Amino acid sequence: MFVPCGESVPDLAGYTFLMPAVSVGNVGQLAMDLIISTLNMCKIGYFYTDCLVPMVGNNPYATAEENSTELSINAEIYSLPSKKLVALQLRSIFIKYKSKPFCEKLLSWVKSSNCAKVIVLSSSHSYHRNDLQLRSTPFRYLLTPFVQKSVQTKIMSLNWEEMEKSPCIPEIDDSEFCIRIPGGGITKTLYDEGCSKEIPVVVLLKFVSEGDNIPDALGLVEYLNEWLQIIKPCLQCDDPTKSALQWKMPSSWRLLFGSGLPPALF
Amino acid sequence: MRRVGAPRSCRDVGQDTMAATFFGEVVRTPCRAGTEDQEEEEEGRRETAEDREVRRQLSRKREVRLFRRQTKTSLEVSLLEKYPCSKFIIAIGNNAVAFLSSFVMNSGVWEEVGCAKLWNEWCRTTDTTHLSPAEAFCVFYHLKSNPSVLLCQCSCYVAEDQQYQWLEKVFGSCARKNMQVTVLTCRHVTDYKTSESTSSLHSPFLKALKTQNFKEPPCCPLLEQPNIVHDLPAAVLSYCQVWKIPAVLYLCYTDVMKLDLITVEAFKPILSSRSLKGLVKNIPQSTEILKKLMTTNEIQSNIYT
Repeated sequence: MFVPCGESVPDLAGYTFLMPAVSVGNVGQLAMDLIISTLNMCKIGYFYTDCLVPMVGNNPYATAEENSTELSINAEIYSLPSKKLVALQLRSIFIKYKSKPFCEKLLSWVKSSNCAKVIVLSSSHSYHRNDLQLRSTPFRYLLTPFVQKSVQTKIMSLNWEEMEKSPCIPEIDDSEFCIRIPGGGITKTLYDEGCSKEIPVVVLLKFVSEGDNIPDALGLVEYLNEWLQIIKPCLQCDDPTKSALQWKMPSSWRLLFGSGLPPALF
Repeated sequence: MRRVGAPRSCRDVGQDTMAATFFGEVVRTPCRAGTEDQEEEEEGRRETAEDREVRRQLSRKREVRLFRRQTKTSLEVSLLEKYPCSKFIIAIGNNAVAFLSSFVMNSGVWEEVGCAKLWNEWCRTTDTTHLSPAEAFCVFYHLKSNPSVLLCQCSCYVAEDQQYQWLEKVFGSCARKNMQVTVLTCRHVTDYKTSESTSSLHSPFLKALKTQNFKEPPCCPLLEQPNIVHDLPAAVLSYCQVWKIPAVLYLCYTDVMKLDLITVEAFKPILSSRSLKGLVKNIPQSTEILKKLMTTNEIQSNIYT
């Protein structure tokens, strides 16, 4: 359930609801971190649930001593009223058998808050690609039937690739085709729930492998930005090799691969 | 490379995926994203009535129950609804429990008000219906002279699917703002992330995490990013942060996870905090009690007797 930080419940009518799926490489979550950190989004509440493994830590987006001591939990909501954006960040995995109830509760709350649309940032195992997919862009999108016509038209104009259907049972030759997102975590559940509950859901995903997934996260936010234009390119950039878009990595991305190494190792 | 078959997900480790190493051998690697939900969905569709019954029985076996050992009756409401409190001190793990036993529980008279009974793969309790005094791993006490001071000694592991149940049975669903919560626990020093190597750290050392409404200065430095806390201590602190209850977690990073004198003594700076002041009377006597606790434990763990 949504619990606001302040005394009143914020009005999210007409907002775009951005969220990650806990998926391969944690790309969706890394992308959300980049968005929340770059846009300096403000925490407006918590999505308190028994569906996610509990975790706490100090403010992952701290920029100074003063703002570093605010406690963060596993599911928090941030907003940017100037761009009518609301973002959910998930910081832990689902407890077994709780992912579907979570999707149902979350989308029900999003629908009752009258958000305009839901955008899910996700990823899928790159080793599951077929030959055609191996030769094309690693980015894909998926829309539920209730996505507004204007959004559909805009996405068509970007010449993006729609997620292809694949055999439901890969081992059987004459199996039916359906949407499968291996490694996508709750992505497929959110998509199905969006279809059945008439909620406009847009899924944006990238085919990735586990490893250092920061470049994948940067790729995914730039893919999103092509459409939403949430940050403008930096036209005064002198370095041609640097990305034209300035995404700010949060302070919590330090030591992603563990502590320092003992000097005696060398 | 196509995945061969559908490996069953392991609750502890998360879904296995196939990957090729640098040398071309195919190995199973755990996926950082955790459980593969597509697998869970397919499992759900293939589930028979018998599977569902097994799952129901397993979840009944894993239920967290609160009861009074003196009367052998279950608590009908949450613990804090039955025993409203202004101060709640929770020790999680054997070293934190030993600290509270020696330094807090030896001063004043503490009465047992409840006991949490639970079973999971890590806990050594075999019989969930009759818990003997030695096996009661999660016990609640209140101070007889001031019953609004509650203490919890929790030395069993509360699994991830039981943590929220534990919170509900203890804290209940209505948040109480007029209380302060203090949690004590330990973690292995290798869990602590720092730019130096962990071998250069001088453990044990204490770190703190506090909720927004906790206004007192903590007794030790705050836990720096990117460090995080999991399990029951995180569940308690999350609850307190969301429902605006002042709470502080004192975390002792140590390289000895079994009962250890030096690790327990690392909690001593907390004795000067407002939560524990007034509850601790005789520190030299406490140190003696602690030493006795260590010796008793050592004898029990001797494999030759």
